[in-house]
Order: sequence, then structure tokens, then C-alpha cells
Amino acid sequence: MKRFRGFVIKEFYHIFRDYRTLLILFGMPAVQLLLFGYVLTNEIKDAKIAIYDPSKDVVTRRISDKILSSGYFLLEKNLHSVAEIGPVFRQGNVKLALIFETDFAQKLEKTGTARVQIIGDASDPNTANMLVNYTTGIISNYLVSMNSAAVPLRIIPEVRMMYNGELKGVYMFVPGLMAMLLMLISALMTSLSITREKELGTMELLLVSPLRPTQVIIGKVFPYVFLSFVDACIILGLGNAVFGVPIQGSIALLLMECFLYITMALSLGILISSITSSQQVAMLISLVLLMLPTIILSGFIFPVENMPWILQALCYLMPPKYFISIIKSIMLQGNGMAYVWRETLILVGFTSLFLVISIKKFNVRLA
Amino acid sequence: MDEPTEDIIIVKDLVKSFGSFTANDHLTFSVKRGEIFGFLGANGAGKTTTIKILCGLSYPTSGELSIAGFDIYTQREKVKRNIGYMSQRFSLYDDLTVYENIRFYGGIYGLAKKEIDTRSKSLMERLGFEASRNKLIRDIPLGWKQKLAFSVAILHNPRIVFLDEPTGGVDPVTRRQFWDMIFEAAHDGITVFVTTHYMDEAEYCDRVSIMVDGRIAAMDTPDNLKQQFGAPSMNEVFIKLARATSPPVPLSQGRGGAGGEAANNTESVKWT
Repeated sequence: MKRFRGFVIKEFYHIFRDYRTLLILFGMPAVQLLLFGYVLTNEIKDAKIAIYDPSKDVVTRRISDKILSSGYFLLEKNLHSVAEIGPVFRQGNVKLALIFETDFAQKLEKTGTARVQIIGDASDPNTANMLVNYTTGIISNYLVSMNSAAVPLRIIPEVRMMYNGELKGVYMFVPGLMAMLLMLISALMTSLSITREKELGTMELLLVSPLRPTQVIIGKVFPYVFLSFVDACIILGLGNAVFGVPIQGSIALLLMECFLYITMALSLGILISSITSSQQVAMLISLVLLMLPTIILSGFIFPVENMPWILQALCYLMPPKYFISIIKSIMLQGNGMAYVWRETLILVGFTSLFLVISIKKFNVRLA
Repeated sequence: MDEPTEDIIIVKDLVKSFGSFTANDHLTFSVKRGEIFGFLGANGAGKTTTIKILCGLSYPTSGELSIAGFDIYTQREKVKRNIGYMSQRFSLYDDLTVYENIRFYGGIYGLAKKEIDTRSKSLMERLGFEASRNKLIRDIPLGWKQKLAFSVAILHNPRIVFLDEPTGGVDPVTRRQFWDMIFEAAHDGITVFVTTHYMDEAEYCDRVSIMVDGRIAAMDTPDNLKQQFGAPSMNEVFIKLARATSPPVPLSQGRGGAGGEAANNTESVKWT
């Protein structure tokens, strides 16, 4: 045990004397979170819209007011004819046009149905999609509050609005960013630190010493368990303090899941370092084989449901996907173990798989 | 093997093969306690493979091996406690200080802190390193590092120390000083097993074995070998031996490209 302690102390020296390591460990999470939070949000504020309202009755007024007071939209222009719609979009300022039919309130009252057209500027599809969703959401809210029997509009956006009523992008980014950063730090840093010993030739010395190979590996990995855990706390804390991302569920469960995920990523790092003995290759594998899939195939940025089936199938092989859904479930929905046990089991499975393979590899290498 | 109790390393019929390539072909030799045993051979002759097996870094394909009285298959941990190792690649941590390196290696061999402190103090006095105690390894000269690496390898008073090309890339003066340290260690009763391809260093050994193509081609004291081959120096002995065993192959090519000894290929041939 005393030997082991000396080993861990040495690892901490390595980490704290290398400012690049420190920067990656502590600078990156904060910078990434702030970047993603502020710059890359999907949130839309003050999008300019045009409204064509030939009926000008109580209902259309109220709907327009609701939309304009939502904070998402700014009225750019009241249109006077349908012919103005084209030009107003072409000018480029207006992102969305709202067109009520004539005698809106009357029709709604008599037939239970009135039609409103929502036209989005799909030259920027994401924004258009978002704006249309906001608008339909507001209209359907209004209809519900009117207590009328307007069925068709009501169903559409409800699911999306749950657990993130204001559609704040940062709510989605915090879990995704956690998955990405913890993967990067744990897998990349451990694989680098192990391959570095191989490059230096010190690994041989360690293996000749009375330390057991498993002790060597655990000693190398242990500091990163601790530091990654600190990172997880930094991300959660910043997300909560700066962006107000809630933690609805149990913090203990959340941290436990983080711990599990970190262990998974670390065993992946050990696996990488058992395949290669050069730091460069380890870095390349970590970045290309781990980072890109984590960002693209985990549902972090692009929804898995919209991918072609072959990519969807690939997504199910990505551990971060399960972690993200666990974290979202606990943080945003306040769910307990009863809702995330399946994903948790899958992560446990990945972890043991990686560990078994890397231990086998390690022994083969010794032979 | 007249007095088996004195043999601290006993190797019988050691075979190590990588696929169809045999790096060590039925090696049999023994080393006596307190001896400085030189293990010579061209690049790719199988030296590093052997030393790795003796240190427990690699398993032999077959053969019986006893190190410091312990069996290498069943008593690996005990073997490890009784040996020290210094590899041809430099093996201290660049970003730790001189003292931290000593403390670390002392620590993994289970020495108490007090013990480490007294030993490191006497060590640094002997080497004249006191002023550099808190310098990072990356800031001290190569020759110093090599001496320090050797001192660290014998810090835990092992019964045997394995040195794999310890003097590569070091100037002649430092090399001489390094050998003084080896003599001192041997004088203190530590058995020294050293591989080298500097033939002048071979003269310093009590006994040498010369490996050619995975086999031991000759083994005796340097004086006896010189007499046997009618050569004035170990360098001549070596060249004669290499020509006799594999005449058509130019020495400088040897078996360098063969698998299993890739790490050795960076060495340059020093005796030509």
C-alpha cells in the first residue's frame, strides 16, 4: 500500500508540473462549457416576423400579442396583402411570417377550426424549425387556455417542451458536454500517461520492480479518476450557477453515474494504451475514434432518431449515448434509478468488457 | 558448475522464439555470485531478449531458469525483489527532481522513508550531486543521469543488477567513471550482468559470453578467450568469432532486421 501511495504521488507530480495537462484538465471544461453555453446555443431571441392579419378580430389579436410578448419574436412589419410576403422574405430580415385567414374568430367559433399559416425562412433550416415550433407551441397553448375544441393544433409540440419549457439549448449541452469532456480527459489522458512511460522506457523499470502490473495500471489511472471527478463537479456546478441548468434528481445518483462513466472511459484509455506504445498514436486514436463519435453519434448535437439506420445502429455502440440519456433523465426529469437502470447496466457492461480486453492484452504483451 | 551453491544465475536450455524466428537457441550458462558477467553480441544476436527474460519482463518459450535462488516461473515476485535493472533507454523521470526520483524508486521497492533518505544522502555525496538534489532530471547532463540511474538501480541492495547497454552514447571519461561504479558495486557483493557492444568494456568483465545468432558461441574469461583465439584484444576475438560462425554475412548487417529485437536496431555497430 505504501508503495502504491508513492506511485500515486509521483503521478500527481507529473500532472501538476505539466501546464498543458493542467490546462486540458481544468481550463478546457470551463472554456468549453462557456463556449457551448453562450455561442452555440439553439436559442432564439428577438427573431423578426411579419404578420398578415385580414380578420383583425379578438382571437387573432390575442394570438399575435402572445407571440410578440413571448420574447422570441419582434414584429418587423404588418403586412397588408398576401403579395407582400415574398418580398418581405427576400429582404432577408424576416425569419417567419404568420398569416391568419379571414374571419378567423367567427370560423373558430362556428366550425371549431380556423387556419393560420406559418411560413419559415428555411434557408436556415434549424432556425426556421425552431421558430415554427415556438409559434405552434404558443398558438396551441392559447387554444388550450381558450378551452375550445380545437383539436388538431394542440398535439404537435407538447413533447418537446417538457422538462425544458423555455427550450434552452444549454440544458441539452451540459449533459452532452459532460459526456464529451469526461471521455476526453479520462481516455486521452490515461492513454497518454501510460504510453509516455513506455516511450521513456520507465515502464520496463516499473515492471521489473516488485509492483504488480495491475498495481502499475491502477496507480497510473487513479489520479485521473479523482481529477475527472473534480471536472464533472466543475461542469455541473458551472452549468447550474451560470446557466441555471437544474439538477432535479438525486445528486448522489448523478455523481455515482459520473463515476461509472469515468471508470468506463478510463478502462477505454487503458485499452488504447495497451494497443499502442506511442503517445502520438494514442492521441490520434483517442481524438478520432473517441471524440468524433462522442460528438456526432451520441445524440449530443444531432438527434439519433433522424439518422439513417446504419448510423443509428452505430449509435447504440457508443457508451456516451447512454450516459447522456442517464444524465438528462436525472438532471432534467428528476428520475431515479428505476428509470436509468438499463442504461447503467449497459455502461457497466462496456466497462467490464474494456477492462477484460485490456488485462488480456497486457498479459499477452508481457509474454 | 563445480560449486552450484555459488551460482546466482542458472540458465539451462533457454529457448525463446517469436513465431518461426528463434531469438535464443538453447542457451545454457551460469553466473557466480559477485561476478561481473559480460553478455556480448552483435545487434540482433538476442542479448536484449535474454536480459528481458532474466528480469521477468518476458516469458521464455522453454528452459529452466533460477535467479538468486528463485525459480523464474513460480517465484517471480521473489526474483523481482532481488534484482535491479537499468535499460539501454534512459529511465529516470524528466519532470521529477533527483531526490524525487530516488524517493520514488526506493518507495516502489518498499524502502522506508528514513532508509531512503540516508541512502540517497550517501549516494549524492558519493556522486558529488548534493547541489543538484532538487534539480529536475531534464536539467542535468546525460553522464550524470546515467550514473544516477545506475545508483537508483542498486538503491535497494539487490543481489543481482542487470545492465542493458548502460553506457550507450556516453563519452569515454564518463564511461570509465561508470565502470568504476560497477566495480564498486561488485566489490560490495552485487552480481553484475551487463550487455555491451563496446569491446574495451568487455575487458573489464570477469567473464564474458559472446552470442552469435541466438547461440552462445564462446564463454570464458577475457584472457582465456584472447589466448584461445590468438587475438591481442577482445575486439579481434569478436570479429574472428563472428566470421567463423557466419562467414557470408557482413557483420554490419548481421541479423538486424529480424523480428523480436526491433528495439535493438537503433544501435550502431561499434567494433568495426
